[in-house]
Amino acid sequence: MPKLSIEDLKRIREEGKHTLTMRTGEGRARVTVHMGTCGISAGARDVMAALLREIEERKLTDVIVTTSGCAGLCSREPMVTVQMAGQPPVKYVDLKPERMVRVLTEHLLGGKIVADFVLASGSETTG
Amino acid sequence: MAFRTHLLVCAGTGCVSSNSYQTAKALEAEIGKWGLDREVKVIRTGCQGFCAAGPVVLVQPDGIFYCGVTAGHATRLVEEHLLKGRPYTKLLYTPPPEKVPIPALHDIPFFAKQKLVVLRNRGMIDPERIDDYIAAGGYTAIVKALTEMTPEQIVKEIKRSGLRGRGGGGFPTGIKWDTCRKAAEAREVEPVVVCNADEGDPGAFMDRSIIEGDPHSVLEGMVIGARAIGAREGFIYIRHEYPIACERLIKAIDQARDYGLLGKDILGSGMDFDIEVVKGAGAFVCGESTALMASLEGKVGEPRAKYIHTVEYGYKNLPTNLNNVETWANVPLIIERGAEWFTSMGTGDVAENPWNGSSGTKVFSMVGKVNNTGLIEVPMGISLRDIIFGIGGGIPDGRRFKAVQTGGPSGGCLPESHLDMPVDFDSLTEAGSMMGSGGMIVMDDETCMVDVARYFLEFLTEESCGKCIPCREGLRSSVDVLTRITQGKGRAEDVATLEEVSAVMQDCCLCALGTSAPNPVLSTLQYFRDEYDAHIKSGICPAGACKELIEYTINAELCDGCHACVRQCSTEAITGEVKKLHAIEPGKCIKCGACIEACKRDAIRKVPRRQVA
Repeated sequence: MPKLSIEDLKRIREEGKHTLTMRTGEGRARVTVHMGTCGISAGARDVMAALLREIEERKLTDVIVTTSGCAGLCSREPMVTVQMAGQPPVKYVDLKPERMVRVLTEHLLGGKIVADFVLASGSETTG
Repeated sequence: MAFRTHLLVCAGTGCVSSNSYQTAKALEAEIGKWGLDREVKVIRTGCQGFCAAGPVVLVQPDGIFYCGVTAGHATRLVEEHLLKGRPYTKLLYTPPPEKVPIPALHDIPFFAKQKLVVLRNRGMIDPERIDDYIAAGGYTAIVKALTEMTPEQIVKEIKRSGLRGRGGGGFPTGIKWDTCRKAAEAREVEPVVVCNADEGDPGAFMDRSIIEGDPHSVLEGMVIGARAIGAREGFIYIRHEYPIACERLIKAIDQARDYGLLGKDILGSGMDFDIEVVKGAGAFVCGESTALMASLEGKVGEPRAKYIHTVEYGYKNLPTNLNNVETWANVPLIIERGAEWFTSMGTGDVAENPWNGSSGTKVFSMVGKVNNTGLIEVPMGISLRDIIFGIGGGIPDGRRFKAVQTGGPSGGCLPESHLDMPVDFDSLTEAGSMMGSGGMIVMDDETCMVDVARYFLEFLTEESCGKCIPCREGLRSSVDVLTRITQGKGRAEDVATLEEVSAVMQDCCLCALGTSAPNPVLSTLQYFRDEYDAHIKSGICPAGACKELIEYTINAELCDGCHACVRQCSTEAITGEVKKLHAIEPGKCIKCGACIEACKRDAIRKVPRRQVA
């Protein structure tokens, strides 16, 4: 009796896919949670925890979560920036864990920007 | 909960010796302190390549690359990057001539110009977890080879890919497999496959890094090879001086056995194959095929004459297919992606005849007088200039490039005029060097080429098994002559003697250690004949490296009597009062160079020794 079948091998591959996607830094979408002092005190950590939990539960393998510092608009924290591959980044403000889940469902998975808490599309000019 | 960030801490031998395990531990402690241990994970990877910058840590998915990360940096790194979400600038890579650090790995020229095939998983997977290898697409090729391809089709695919032996010889792998398979069939015996991991060239660490970073790629290649050739038994011959590689290899084999990827009835295909690790004692000559097989059998590691090849009569007189670590690691991807993908990289048209070019990539360990020492993988046909100046970042301290030695101790030294030459099997051989297993030693204008030839021949003299006279005596007499020349006692006939001895060795030695041993002498004679002449005729070492031919002096205009050199001198050869001109007593000076490093005003110079009448 073989110990592992070809199907088992495929299953192990699928299970590990998310981890590896993260290590290459390439995925369908990247969500940056702004975690400056302002963000953290407004609840950014809870927002991120909710996001990570949803990703785990829905077994999403190609959504990457990263953090960065204050996005500059401290009064509207917690904020996240959602960047779908090949599209301009979109910033969301005044987030709560349940709102974050909506962004995940409607924008990241559904492709539609959630107008209720969107700040703007695009980024500041740098340089 | 899923982890949001992975800290990939390099645990290759280079970084481990700079205490990267402590770095990893300190990072874990710091992450735990902030309660981030459910969000952030520390992974110990194989060699990430940029050994000069070690211990290195890559943060993913951010792609931020940190250099020289010690345990003491852990607090700040975790605070800055993981809590505040901004790169810890102090540890970012900053290219030497510039001041602006480069945060992202893919923007650093050292990484940007490489092409990773064999090292595809480096720094990405935890080499001690088979699930990581599988998640990265590993053991996909085995399924294809076992369920969709006949052994003949596998051999044909490898032949068409043009893959040539990465251990140095450059013999087409597909032809070797075919010969071994047919030899076994004709004699109705079971063939054996062996992996040569007896990497012995000074300064070379390609195979070690492949095994340390991705051991399963080698195992998968061997299973495919065993299927193609019809073997049920395999060996990996590895030197015991590679403790981390041995440990990870044995762990990988255990994991593969647990999953039934080695052993009986692999993946239900009916194929049986298992691998045993055999540790060698670290003799250079045991990398030679017949000596390796003698050692495998428990005999003294000495080569035999090769009028009968090991593919026909090798280990225990069975047909034995021996390939190098890197060759095996190439196999899974060729099977998975096909020969056309492999031939799209490299030089020549190899589809009909593998001897017509060099397909694929090559891994090199780049060391010596180059800014970015480390492990690199490049497509065949890239120029030496792109490797040394593009990836390697040029020569340190603003010095001039003089030569690059490829092919290990029995390779050759190529001068500046060859920098634009393509790097492939045939071009290197034509230029008087060879591909070898992929060691690359860069030399600057302070390197004496006669001394380099002497160094490599001394190494080979020690490593020669002494079985055949041309090698044993030829090496000894060559070293005598070379030593004499570096001491300024060279004779007019010395160059002719070296050439004659070399010619005999090339013709008569029993194995490749001996026949290739004259390469360092012949290539330096070919490209740097003027240096030999300067030593012999004028008693001058143009590079200022041969200690017997130089002396140290202090420039009176530059010396301010700071006394720094006096404090460093271990033989009390420097005299002089503070704030007054110092002097060096030639009789006491051992020319160690400590004073030159100590002098802030660059006042101490090496000059040709004054001739004694």
